[in-house]
Amino acid sequence: MVKKWCSNFYIGLMIFFLYAPILVLVVLSFNKSKSRSKWGGFTLQWYERLFSDEEIISALTNTLLIALLSALIATLIGTLAAIGINSMKSGTRTLMMTITNIPMLNAEIVTGISLMLVFVAVNFARGFASVLIGHITFNIPYVILSVMPKLRQTSRVTYEAARDLGASSFMAFVKVVLPDLFPGIFSGFLLSFTMSMDDFVITHFTRGASVHTLSTKIYAEVRKGVKPEMYALSTLLFASVLILLVIINRRDAHQEKLRKE
Amino acid sequence: MNNRKRWLAAPYTVWMAAFIVIPLVLIVYYGLTSNKDGSFTLENILLIAEPINRKALWLALKLSFISTAICLLLAYPLAMILRNRKVGNGSFITMVFMLPMWMNFLLRTIAWQNLLEKTGVINAVLEFLHLPLLNIINTPYAIILGMVYNFLPFMILPIYNTLVKIDQNVINAARDLGANSFQTFLHVMLPLSVPGIISGITMVFVPSLTTFVISKILGGSKIVLIGNVIEQQFKTVNNWNAGSGLSLVLMVFILISMALVNKYDKNSEGAGVW
Repeated sequence: MVKKWCSNFYIGLMIFFLYAPILVLVVLSFNKSKSRSKWGGFTLQWYERLFSDEEIISALTNTLLIALLSALIATLIGTLAAIGINSMKSGTRTLMMTITNIPMLNAEIVTGISLMLVFVAVNFARGFASVLIGHITFNIPYVILSVMPKLRQTSRVTYEAARDLGASSFMAFVKVVLPDLFPGIFSGFLLSFTMSMDDFVITHFTRGASVHTLSTKIYAEVRKGVKPEMYALSTLLFASVLILLVIINRRDAHQEKLRKE
Repeated sequence: MNNRKRWLAAPYTVWMAAFIVIPLVLIVYYGLTSNKDGSFTLENILLIAEPINRKALWLALKLSFISTAICLLLAYPLAMILRNRKVGNGSFITMVFMLPMWMNFLLRTIAWQNLLEKTGVINAVLEFLHLPLLNIINTPYAIILGMVYNFLPFMILPIYNTLVKIDQNVINAARDLGANSFQTFLHVMLPLSVPGIISGITMVFVPSLTTFVISKILGGSKIVLIGNVIEQQFKTVNNWNAGSGLSLVLMVFILISMALVNKYDKNSEGAGVW
């Protein structure tokens, strides 16, 4: 009994630790005072002003567009790569996986700097496209590492059965292998999207002066004080993801229940 | 068939060459050439011996080591509890610990300023309870806290993922053969969770060692880590050769620490967070 209480308390404490700063930001988004350290009463004005602030809206558009495009492209390249790598001889496969691990294990700052050096070396203008390339580069490994385990689990037998029953190799792949891989592909996509949304370091080094994402905009404001509109926007983003996840989770739980009955 | 399948990796191979391998080669090139005439030199690498840079590297190593240790101490019991309690399913747990990432990383760190400031939330609570006040903002302690806060999920998830994969029958067998719960932990659970611990350690240690954002936001402008030095070389001083040279030194330290950690990973299948 005591043990159970203790472990509950510990879980609660850790979750509180992880969510306390988020609570602070949500509270700040309703704070009338522009100062971070004073409570000036409840207001919704930052939420209203947010949508007329062109700089913030353009940073938001860039952030979402880069996250979506980089996740889509990374998922495509990464899934094909996982299938390709999986059918390589073990020597080449190890080499490919080692290189895949570099951006995951290397320091973000080094990845960011090295990409910047490449763009400068080939005279590629730094802007939206260079940031997008940077994000695709760090996202592909997440996709490969999500798809690879699923690929190992799928048996060759089902694929060969489909072929024996007259499916072309393409059809067999689409109808038999792909559905098996789908959970891995989807979690790779979601992971990429999340990583891209939250990235600051790679964007910081690969962007040009003209392009801002939410992260670089916040970083530029750290010294003089972050605009309260930013707190409002982040609260909205966070709340929408939270609601989405609750809906998905509920649906899953519901389906689980149906299956059991 | 397999021969044709291999070509599916072709776009990725080209991408890797262009954006992973060549960039690293360029860092080595910049790091080993002079910013005046482009001739070969070791002076960028040797910059690490200058007192400011040496101190920044040493402090970064110290703080990231402490943060990684704290993360491990906090995460392991949590992962154990979550495993034993079978709370929800795996994806729910992952969700709970990944969800904070949807609040921007910089904003979450800035929120810690609010919590830690002299007149901040934590001190208001302490004052109300008539307890001594906490004064750690702009000190290395605040940076450690920021590192632990930001990277803790990357320690929890890999350890949790390896722990849930341990077959309950293995544990029952150990108990049947007379091991008490501590012995079962020490001789069965712990060795089986080593891959998770190792991937957790690398996923916390490397970003902590190389951060420049957390130290900038929570350390004031006085505390300089090696990440700050490198960032300044690129963004303010504009000496890319010096920045690359210092990055090379940093990479050597990352490689050394990973080699040290991997020594303990005997059955190296590796365990990802995902």
